[in-house]
Amino acid sequence: MRFIDKDTRVLVQGITGEQGAFHTQLMKDYGTRIVAGVTPGRGGQKVDEFPVYNSIREALENHHVDASIIFVPAPFALDAALEAIEAELDPVVIITEGVPVRDSIELVARAQQKEVTIIGPNCPGLINVGESKMGIMPSQVFKKGNIGVISRSGTLFYEIAEQITNVGLGESTCIGMGGDPVIGLDYVDVLGWFEDDPKTEAIALIGEIGGDAEERAAQFIEKGGFTKPVAAYIAGRAAVPGKIMGHAGAIIQDSLGTAESKMNALRKVGVSVGELPSEVAKSLKAIL
Amino acid sequence: MKLLEYEAKEYFSKYGIPIPEGRMVDSPVGARKYTESLGRPVVVKVQLHVGGRGKAGGVKFADTPADAAMVAGQLLGTAIKGLKVERLYVEERIDILNEVYLGVTIDRDRRQYVVLASSEGGMNIEEVAAKTPDKIVRFFVDPLIGFKSYHANYVASRLGYSDRLLRSFAVVAMRLYELAVGMDAELTEINPLAEVKDGFLAVDARLNVDNNALFRHNELEERFLDSVKGELTEREVEARSLGLTYVELDGDIGIVGNGAGLTMATLDTVMLHGGKAANFLDLGGGATTERIDKAVRFILSDDRTKVLFVNVLGGITRCDYIAEGVVQAREELGIKKPIVVRMMGTNEAEGRAILKKDSIGVFDSMEKAAEMAVKLAGGGA
Repeated sequence: MRFIDKDTRVLVQGITGEQGAFHTQLMKDYGTRIVAGVTPGRGGQKVDEFPVYNSIREALENHHVDASIIFVPAPFALDAALEAIEAELDPVVIITEGVPVRDSIELVARAQQKEVTIIGPNCPGLINVGESKMGIMPSQVFKKGNIGVISRSGTLFYEIAEQITNVGLGESTCIGMGGDPVIGLDYVDVLGWFEDDPKTEAIALIGEIGGDAEERAAQFIEKGGFTKPVAAYIAGRAAVPGKIMGHAGAIIQDSLGTAESKMNALRKVGVSVGELPSEVAKSLKAIL
Repeated sequence: MKLLEYEAKEYFSKYGIPIPEGRMVDSPVGARKYTESLGRPVVVKVQLHVGGRGKAGGVKFADTPADAAMVAGQLLGTAIKGLKVERLYVEERIDILNEVYLGVTIDRDRRQYVVLASSEGGMNIEEVAAKTPDKIVRFFVDPLIGFKSYHANYVASRLGYSDRLLRSFAVVAMRLYELAVGMDAELTEINPLAEVKDGFLAVDARLNVDNNALFRHNELEERFLDSVKGELTEREVEARSLGLTYVELDGDIGIVGNGAGLTMATLDTVMLHGGKAANFLDLGGGATTERIDKAVRFILSDDRTKVLFVNVLGGITRCDYIAEGVVQAREELGIKKPIVVRMMGTNEAEGRAILKKDSIGVFDSMEKAAEMAVKLAGGGA
């Protein structure tokens, strides 16, 4: 995948729903090049100025489309995602919350086979600051700059992006990968893209308890896969082991996956890890 | 959602996994009659959502129908870890030649189902996994191919089986995988899977279903609240019935956030400022005014809550809905506890205007808001 930009032509699946319609408007206002929408049974209607089709196949007969963003309810997310994957739209951003993990496993496997990037499910999406956003993030917290942001959490990602902006820095591309146990992206994938992105000079990595994605990111950095400066924050130090806090992803399974283990793994490879979310922006400011 | 042993066994049976004969009873007479009809010694097992049932005395053996009635009489009406024993599972006792372990779960980082098996099953499987990990066979399943006969044969062979036992183990493993996928299991396991004279029997059964998939399993949806009662506090159960993601903690600052990451960071920040959160409440994405109203009322009405700290970043969630919900809840309750709001993002200006009318101040910074909340609760450094 390459990062999206102002020329990326975007399809909205679930465009007629409340969230789909609302965020189509906000994405359009931001500059995203939306071309059409799909909602089965609503073909022929319009949302804003965008034509709605019953299927992606019909949308493609009338438009050039590069990528898709999905707002459909959880029971239909697998079907919508497979439709986008089959059409080789890339990336496919799945905003939908509550997708069964079995469905996520299937759609991620199909996407890998087709070499399509899945962002999400249960994610805020991605934004190329000042050019285009495929997601639900509030655009006012961003300012064009050279910091890349990767996060599993959605709202915490807005929090830290705003602070990066407030200290006088700005962001290049920001990606919220999603908080579910099974998601399309891994920090390692995104670190690789940021390594090759000339617009990104340093990154903020925002993690949370559960799984070992942050530990693997640390290994990737240690092996030289990512060489730019990294500042990180890990949420969940006050969490009670064994209690699920919010999404299924944020559960401490064993010693691997605690906030401490993630913070230590990242510190060992030279990442500046903050105690408070605001320290991420401060460290980045000090580094650059 | 965790199923009870007897419920899990119903599904095992449906998927063709052999289980011992058993039945739920609710009286000593029932236990006696069923044991009589079996004509064999039995095991009498408590069915509750508690861990460590065996150690808590919830599993007893009985050789005769009279014994079964007696044991049932001892167990019924007692409480184990605060939950009352109302029904029991009476099951034929098996002559076990060997105890093995078989499970299917999800490896989140590989994004695959994984079949786990060990020839050293039984009570100490965790110890086996920790001390001798090579005694556990881990087979990662390609989601586009599934767990086929040849995969199952390989796993059985790795456990040392051959001839008829290899095939009979492989069949159980394949069926357990089918059950895991068919029932949207986060985890399903048989421990022990008993090797008996002519094959295998699932002596215990565990099936944890993905809560996000309950829409595909309507029959389970109805039992959901029952399934969490043993593990949750009363207020946590109440919150679930209101549809809120809530965890009770032992401090005095009530927290309402949106998104697990931000809500956890809010707890962490309160902690670093010397305060203690009374709870974790995540509104999730796209909360409506009604949902926010419900959440705020739920937290404010908790006697332990001295201060309410609402921390919301609007993306898919709208700040105007948040503000309306907070104002509405406060009015309805008439409780004058201090409220600290920090919000930013989608429709922020509209939200601020609503709160201003009600003289509720809004903070820009989460850390300043946390500091204020801690101060108002009378804590902090």
